[in-house]
Amino acid sequence: MAHDFLKRIRRGIAGLILASVMPCASAAESIVLASTTSTEQSGLFDHILPIFEKASGISVKVVALGTGQALDVGRRGDADALLVHDRAAEDKFVAEGYGSYRRDVMYNDFVIVGPGADPAAVKGAADATGAFGRIAGKGAVFISRADKSGTHAAEMRFWKAAEIDPVGQGWYKEAGTGMGPTLNMAAGVDGYTLSDRGTWANFKNRQNLTILHAGDPKLFNPYGAILVNPDKHPHVKKAAAERFIDWLTSDAGREAIASYRIGGEQLFFPSKR
Amino acid sequence: MLAATFSDALALLATFDHRVAEIVGLSLRVSGGAVVLGTLIGLPLGACIAVGRFPGKAAVSVLINGLMGLPSVVVGVVVYLLLSRSGPLGGLGLLYTPPAMIVAQTLLVVPLMAAIARQVVEDAWQRYAEELAVMRFSWWQSVTTLLYDCRHSLLVAVLAGLGRAMSEVGAVMIVGGNIDRATRVMTTAIALETSKGDLPLAIALGIVLILIILALNALAFGLRRWATRRFG
Amino acid sequence: MNSTRPASLFPLRIRGLRYAPDGREVLGGIDLELGDEGITLMLGPNGAGKSMLLRALCGLLEPCSGEIIWGDGPRPTQGVMLVFQQPMMLRASVLENAVLGLRPAGLRRAERRARGMAMLARVGLADRVADSARQLSGGERQRLALARAWLTRPRLLLLDEPTASLDPTATAQVERIIREIRTDGTRILMVTHNLGQATRLADDIVFMAAGRVCEHTPAQRFFSRPQSEEARRFIQGELPWRMTF
Repeated sequence: MAHDFLKRIRRGIAGLILASVMPCASAAESIVLASTTSTEQSGLFDHILPIFEKASGISVKVVALGTGQALDVGRRGDADALLVHDRAAEDKFVAEGYGSYRRDVMYNDFVIVGPGADPAAVKGAADATGAFGRIAGKGAVFISRADKSGTHAAEMRFWKAAEIDPVGQGWYKEAGTGMGPTLNMAAGVDGYTLSDRGTWANFKNRQNLTILHAGDPKLFNPYGAILVNPDKHPHVKKAAAERFIDWLTSDAGREAIASYRIGGEQLFFPSKR
Repeated sequence: MLAATFSDALALLATFDHRVAEIVGLSLRVSGGAVVLGTLIGLPLGACIAVGRFPGKAAVSVLINGLMGLPSVVVGVVVYLLLSRSGPLGGLGLLYTPPAMIVAQTLLVVPLMAAIARQVVEDAWQRYAEELAVMRFSWWQSVTTLLYDCRHSLLVAVLAGLGRAMSEVGAVMIVGGNIDRATRVMTTAIALETSKGDLPLAIALGIVLILIILALNALAFGLRRWATRRFG
Repeated sequence: MNSTRPASLFPLRIRGLRYAPDGREVLGGIDLELGDEGITLMLGPNGAGKSMLLRALCGLLEPCSGEIIWGDGPRPTQGVMLVFQQPMMLRASVLENAVLGLRPAGLRRAERRARGMAMLARVGLADRVADSARQLSGGERQRLALARAWLTRPRLLLLDEPTASLDPTATAQVERIIREIRTDGTRILMVTHNLGQATRLADDIVFMAAGRVCEHTPAQRFFSRPQSEEARRFIQGELPWRMTF
């Protein structure tokens, strides 16, 4: 009785488990790309990956994390390639032998966004460092990514340049989250934050937020592609991952990146060769 | 603002395409798989704790009850470390695949399902223990008989497991990676759309999620009512 | 008849059996001897310890002193079955409930079903096999419980008030089955409060009060000339028109 009941269950289960495992066993070759939330949330991948997949037959699975986390994932061997934006950390990653090489792929820029009323008068600052100084001077609310991402690293460079230590200050909120959630927070409390242009352009819940400062050469935000070192992690799909990195830096890839626009605005610029 | 977001969300529901269907399908496969495994592991585990007589039984019951509140992110991190290429099970290459998500959600629902099963089976055990002993039922025969007898009540445990699995985001985000068309499920898609500030789309997906969970609950409710009428 | 049946459960001798959980005496030194045939009915007021004695006989409670001697062998691992006052009815069909006791024997499913069907026909439940056991009436439940016990071919069958709260028709059906089980070679020890039933079924009567056996006499003699004062008062209370002893 109870036996037959168990038997009946057993029959169904084998099928169910098989069914749930099947879809990942697709025939096409695929690589895992650890990248940043800013690139994912800008919508860039939705634009360029189908083009690459059509050309190569290789599907790229994007895991979007902060740059620091993405580098950790690469260090553990859980990705085949990386596309990140923190030059110092990237060079260290390659120097330590976790990556085979790094290539410039593209760049965009950071923008300082804040409430349209601009209580800290960031608009009038001479440069980005000055803008950060004004926010601190006024004690205006600033939302920091605080997640070891490339954007976070860039933000910390500006605080350092302005000779300010914001951590622990009442007006300085450490969100510990991705670019989008940080923008959601800033929109919710009328705060300032530093965003990459791509995420900002694709961000819909702006409320009172607007770009208050942009264009300083120091706000330059370069992205690099890294091949995870197959010598450290033999399972890395070297050929496919290299093909992707080669494509990103080829004419076709540069064309694809340059053609991604939101509302007519180009978000990423292919690096010069 | 709130009302506008909701009406936008409802408008979006009418335009859902096959991409959304794919995401819903993967959610059902992953959470369904986890609940099937959870049923196979959690229900017998709970019944064994209920029927068994062993030292530390009270402590095990408390532990299982406590683990019901296990944060999904913790489970995600643990499974990530296990399945990572540098981890002990890295050789399986399961990270960032649906099976990894099933494993994580299974760990999440097993304590919940075991705790409910323990409670249900223990009540039945108290009523039947003497009679089963007179019939010389072995310990394991008692467990299977009680599980069978309580099957309609145990549906609650299955539903609770399904609800927890379908609605959690922390574990699948970490071990699945929220990869488009590979490991993106409803909750991680909602998190992503929220990140993009696309709140209407996030809420539209949330409405779909709720509707699915409601439909499954309604189905189970009807099944249970039929069974109660049939078997008492 | 069945080779697995232990040959030597009888005579069953109970010597000074005491059971006192938490210091409260439930069985206060039971002495009783049962031969290998017949139907013995246990009478006595509520709280006399009758149900506890049945439980002790099938090993459900551990006495604090005294002993149970089964013929010349050790304590049996099978052959003793107890039917409770409110038998367990699993949420399953009548047939599934009937064959429950055959599960530990490791019989094949088809064999269990065949035996179950035959047995349910004997107790008059042939047309209810597929119904839910929980939909049965009180009398049908008792018949199903008797079928379940009978299927295991017990040598000693203990019954705890099998006809409590049954109407006369249902009671008669249950009594017919009990007689058949006895004819089939099973020794029966049964608790009842129904003196009429005692006169109809019993070969001998055990009268208990306050955790002790007051008397154990053939049924005829018990009703005409009860030996103990407690039994006399009990019969007078139950059958006030039979005041002449």
